[in-house]
Amino acid sequence: MFYRESGDFKSNYAADQQTFPIKFDRIGVAIFLVFAFFIVPFIINDYWEKSIIVPVLVWSLAALGLNILTGYCGLVSLGTGGFMAVGAYASYKLTTSFPELNMFLVILFSGGITALVGILFGLPSLRIKGFYLAVATLAAQFFLIWLFNKVPWFYNSSASGMITVPERTIFGIAVTGSNSPPWATYLFCLIFVVVFAVIARNLTRGRLGRSWMAIRDMDIAAEIIGVAPLSAKLSAFAISSFYIGLSGALFFSVYLGAAEPTEAFGIDKSFLVLFMIIIGGLGSIFGSFIGAAFMFLLPVLFKNIMVGGFGWPTDMVQHLIFMLVGALIMFFLIVEPHGLAQLWRVTKEKLRLWPFPH
Amino acid sequence: MNTAENTSEALLSLKNISLSFGGVKALTDISFDIKKGEIRAIIGPNGAGKSSMLNVINGFYHPQEGEVWFNGNLRGSLKPHEIARQGIARTFQNIALFKGMSTLDNLMTGRITKMHANIFWQAIWKGKAEREELEHREKVEHIIDFLEIQAIRKTPVGRLPYGLQKRVELGRALAAESKLLLLDEPMAGMNVEEKEDMCRFVLDVHEEFGTTIALIEHDMGVVMDIADRVVVLDYGRKIGDGFPDEIRADQNVIDAYLGVSHD
Repeated sequence: MFYRESGDFKSNYAADQQTFPIKFDRIGVAIFLVFAFFIVPFIINDYWEKSIIVPVLVWSLAALGLNILTGYCGLVSLGTGGFMAVGAYASYKLTTSFPELNMFLVILFSGGITALVGILFGLPSLRIKGFYLAVATLAAQFFLIWLFNKVPWFYNSSASGMITVPERTIFGIAVTGSNSPPWATYLFCLIFVVVFAVIARNLTRGRLGRSWMAIRDMDIAAEIIGVAPLSAKLSAFAISSFYIGLSGALFFSVYLGAAEPTEAFGIDKSFLVLFMIIIGGLGSIFGSFIGAAFMFLLPVLFKNIMVGGFGWPTDMVQHLIFMLVGALIMFFLIVEPHGLAQLWRVTKEKLRLWPFPH
Repeated sequence: MNTAENTSEALLSLKNISLSFGGVKALTDISFDIKKGEIRAIIGPNGAGKSSMLNVINGFYHPQEGEVWFNGNLRGSLKPHEIARQGIARTFQNIALFKGMSTLDNLMTGRITKMHANIFWQAIWKGKAEREELEHREKVEHIIDFLEIQAIRKTPVGRLPYGLQKRVELGRALAAESKLLLLDEPMAGMNVEEKEDMCRFVLDVHEEFGTTIALIEHDMGVVMDIADRVVVLDYGRKIGDGFPDEIRADQNVIDAYLGVSHD
């Protein structure tokens, strides 16, 4: 096997602590990134951008955010849709109030605003946990959606009650609006996803990440060892909401273009993201990505095969997809309750020993 | 082994501690002290209030009456994590490790009070955050060597056998480099060999790092061998306090342990 870790010795702690300790992995990731940044933009077309890559990137970011809260800090949240809406409305208000503001900053500030809202709704987590916290965050979901429907200030009193993104450019190239070229929106999302995936990895392997995981695994022991529960939980809420806010802002401004809160950011979105991280793997950065890809791409794949390939009627296919995806979720959870990331890890371990299993 | 006689300064002293939960009196008017550099054993029958005592010391319970003096200062009402910062670490009777994390991460978490890099440096993994991480890794590796757990460095602790988990938990408490180390039944449920190992570790810790240790243990042989002084609790009251030899001969203690008819 060319994929192996034997012989790859580390002689200092820095080398031992790096994200990809195996040389082969590092080369693979580097090639993948070069491909994603320098080759994909030239070959991407409208279909791939709109229906596959951009939504997967956006959902990955949301899954990453929820994974920080649920997977790393053990706090269950059903408010993801609501927090995404905060990000979306923040980006809308920012870019319409300050048209000159760079779109990168608009998205980042939207994340920041969502982080503040997240802290507010994270306060109950200091007292309650588990299912009860899930119910408390559910309240956030419904309240936020209600708020964005109710108060005209949020949608600039537009007649339809919808928010529509104006065209914004970076270096003269449109990244939002209908005239934006596929490669521009793709790169715009990719930069956010790559940068914030690296940051998520760094945060979760350092002091902050350990304090989250300590709270998750044994909160009493964590406290006695010196982790302040207040700051650990609220920082998890803040950073998680920041990510979800980014994804909501990108979802609205780059992917959807126009949105209406009940439709675009409903409770089904909260569950979708929760399923993504459960399927992908709780407490795993990589898992957030494959979970998002799995949950989003599977229906697309089935649809292409059944409608495109077999020529079956669309409505029947729609129902079949529901059943198939549901069955597959159950199948994967029975095979590996810790998600696809764990399945991948186990496969690698088995391959390493192959063909001698013991 | 009588380091306690050399230094007479008390690291921790408890004065007239009373703790009750509703109508149940867990501790009644208990006073004793722990001197710098000694191994102090707390013994007593089940339900005597030993673990409650430790919970008072590390701030998990707040006694209704009494004072806790630590390191020369009267302690106000602090949260457990603030007390950890002052330099008290502990292990638990039922293992309380972070099961999803590796041995290494568990030990690194033990040093959390000593890490200060802000979120910005942590996010980019440069500068202070990286330096700090390597610095503390080195300290933790020292403890890993000391406890002979090199082989399980990267194993999630949930997968380890009981004896090793106990050892990792000791390691996590050691990683805090605390002034006072509280061990709640570190040898419970171990076989003779594991107990011997654990005793050796406790004594080595004491000698090598000079840590003051408060120890709850049921194995009298162990207690009498390694403790400098012993305090005995029964039904939430202190019934004995002194050197192991005195305790061994104390009639009250013998009665409490063997049971005596109260007529």
